[in-house]
Amino acid sequence: MPQTLFDQIWDSHRVGARSDGRDLLYIDRHVLHELHAHHAFAQMERQGRPVHRPDLTFAVQDHTVATKPGRDDTTNPSGTAFIVAMREGCHKNGIRLFDVDDPEQGISHVVAPELGIVLPGATHAVPDSHASTVGGVGALAFGCGTSELAHILATQVMALKRPKRMRVRLDGRLDAHVNAKDVALKLIAELGVAGARGHVVEYAGAAVAAMPIEQRMTLCNLNIEMGGRSGFVAPDDATFAWLAGRPFAPQGALWERALAHWRTLHSDDDAAFERETTLDCTALEPQITWGTDPSQVVGISGRVPEPDAIEPARRAAAQSAFAYMGIAPGTPLAGLPVDRVFIGSCTNSRLPDLQTAAAVVRGRRVAPGVVAMVVPGSSRVKREAEAAGLDRVFRDAGFFWGESGCSMCAGGNGDRGQPGERCVSTTNRNFENRQGPKVRTHLASPATAAASAIAGRIADVRQLLAGAT
Amino acid sequence: MQPFTHITGVAAPLLKDDINTDQIAPIMHSRSLKEDYKAMLFHRARRRDDGSEDPGFVLNKPQFRTAAILVTGHNFGAGSSRESAVWSMLANDIRVIVAKSFADIYRENCLQNGVLPVVLSPQDADVFIARVVAADGTAPFTVDLMTQSISGPGGPDIAFDMPAAERTRLIEGLDDIELTLKHMDEITGFERRAADAQPWLQRTTDSRR
Repeated sequence: MPQTLFDQIWDSHRVGARSDGRDLLYIDRHVLHELHAHHAFAQMERQGRPVHRPDLTFAVQDHTVATKPGRDDTTNPSGTAFIVAMREGCHKNGIRLFDVDDPEQGISHVVAPELGIVLPGATHAVPDSHASTVGGVGALAFGCGTSELAHILATQVMALKRPKRMRVRLDGRLDAHVNAKDVALKLIAELGVAGARGHVVEYAGAAVAAMPIEQRMTLCNLNIEMGGRSGFVAPDDATFAWLAGRPFAPQGALWERALAHWRTLHSDDDAAFERETTLDCTALEPQITWGTDPSQVVGISGRVPEPDAIEPARRAAAQSAFAYMGIAPGTPLAGLPVDRVFIGSCTNSRLPDLQTAAAVVRGRRVAPGVVAMVVPGSSRVKREAEAAGLDRVFRDAGFFWGESGCSMCAGGNGDRGQPGERCVSTTNRNFENRQGPKVRTHLASPATAAASAIAGRIADVRQLLAGAT
Repeated sequence: MQPFTHITGVAAPLLKDDINTDQIAPIMHSRSLKEDYKAMLFHRARRRDDGSEDPGFVLNKPQFRTAAILVTGHNFGAGSSRESAVWSMLANDIRVIVAKSFADIYRENCLQNGVLPVVLSPQDADVFIARVVAADGTAPFTVDLMTQSISGPGGPDIAFDMPAAERTRLIEGLDDIELTLKHMDEITGFERRAADAQPWLQRTTDSRR
């Protein structure tokens, strides 16, 4: 019977079924972060339960770490207790921790694939909703809560109801200065913030095949913003080339054996999906959010929609977003003055994201009055960017160049905007108050964010580079 | 886990779609390992700019201060996987959330904590919402998981679906980890087979060491 790749991975990881009908899905790689780990460690200790597979478990300090150069445990005082508790829990339980000062520290979703910890066809869990970022290398990843985190520590399985299958076909070819972020925002706009609820999404099609692995990760990262249970791209030669030689990837004969298996990881031609949708990416322009949820999106040449143009069920939410964002219907997005720009987060903080932004910034200056930040997704990305001189490009232009972490994505480390500020951000959520009380977040690609920092206004990167103002 | 059989209490209407976990349980600016989950619930929505309580927010209204049932729209609990968004409900003695639909991870987190996530059919949801609004906190509703029904002022009982296994888990307050630990032999058996079939997944080696 024809199978989807999702079924192939699920069935090969299904340990059995529990009495309540849930499948027990084996988790090959479990990665913790400090914001939630301490609850689970405390629970395990209270219940006297050991960690079943510390060797398959990793931990990263990312949500609360300061980004200030020379940072330590106490640079962000509200993170100290979390960082210390995580360190103690990992030590006690024999879990490999990428600590604040570790050369491999970074955002879990960036670190796990770049070290080759997560692999094609592997199952992966993180107590964070953006776990499916690693779907970009063909892994099946689930975000989970704290109780589930403890459950995985104790048993190395998740007890799940089998999700439904969905395929999103991305056809056509992306124009210059348009990338996976723009595609994902367009998709969320089309499908809505609950459009993929209950489904695992396989992203396929010519536009996906042409995407570098980092962009596939951006695409899969934003899967949760349309409610998807998980999302991935079937691995291909580009994936294998990207993973080869990474520290935790198999080496030598084992690599060859793994590679032979990975080449079997694809959906059969006539496999059935409960839902299928297609988006033609040809002529797609850079996208940006205007409102307070990630489906409130327009093209960079577009305007804030008129209430009449919004479906009735979404109108009240739009009205509330107009007020919060301080923008009236009909206002063009391009040209809105910007106070702050943030380039980073698990969505857009990998080396190619920074290269794209640097190419826009090079030889230009951040507009007066704009606070602009670049926070690499991992300490490794930071080193590689510095080796390529990107830090100089950003610094010379007036950007802050930080130590890696989640930073302003959710502001858990104290990096936040001021009330009323308008911020163009490469992150994943434009929810009210997320980047600081009353901060007005516009989600966009690294290229759009960089162009907006230079222009001091929301800008079309294509016009900026063409010399128009 | 605290078992759930039935509860009688005031139902508070928070009639919006897509209420996300940043709204339910915001990441507080200064915080500690032992958070005040009671204060965390809708922390920002409950307050005005000057920090004082907003009397217009539903849970601040006198008749809804002790609400045990929250009634809301589609896709409740979207966004982050933070379980504090459920713990803050428990800390406020809200044990039932009646929604038109739930975000996947949020619903799982409810089940882990003995909070009952009820989804009504669109017609029943609209009828129930109208009754909750009409009651305006003056009379309680009862949500009974044993009989899978909601009763209260303004009309006949409303039935709701709940998968049998989840119902049992909630009623008996079963520990999720205990349920799975019964399968430990299967898990270790799987690990032995996986070590042969896909050995690169059953070990993690840093090749630089």
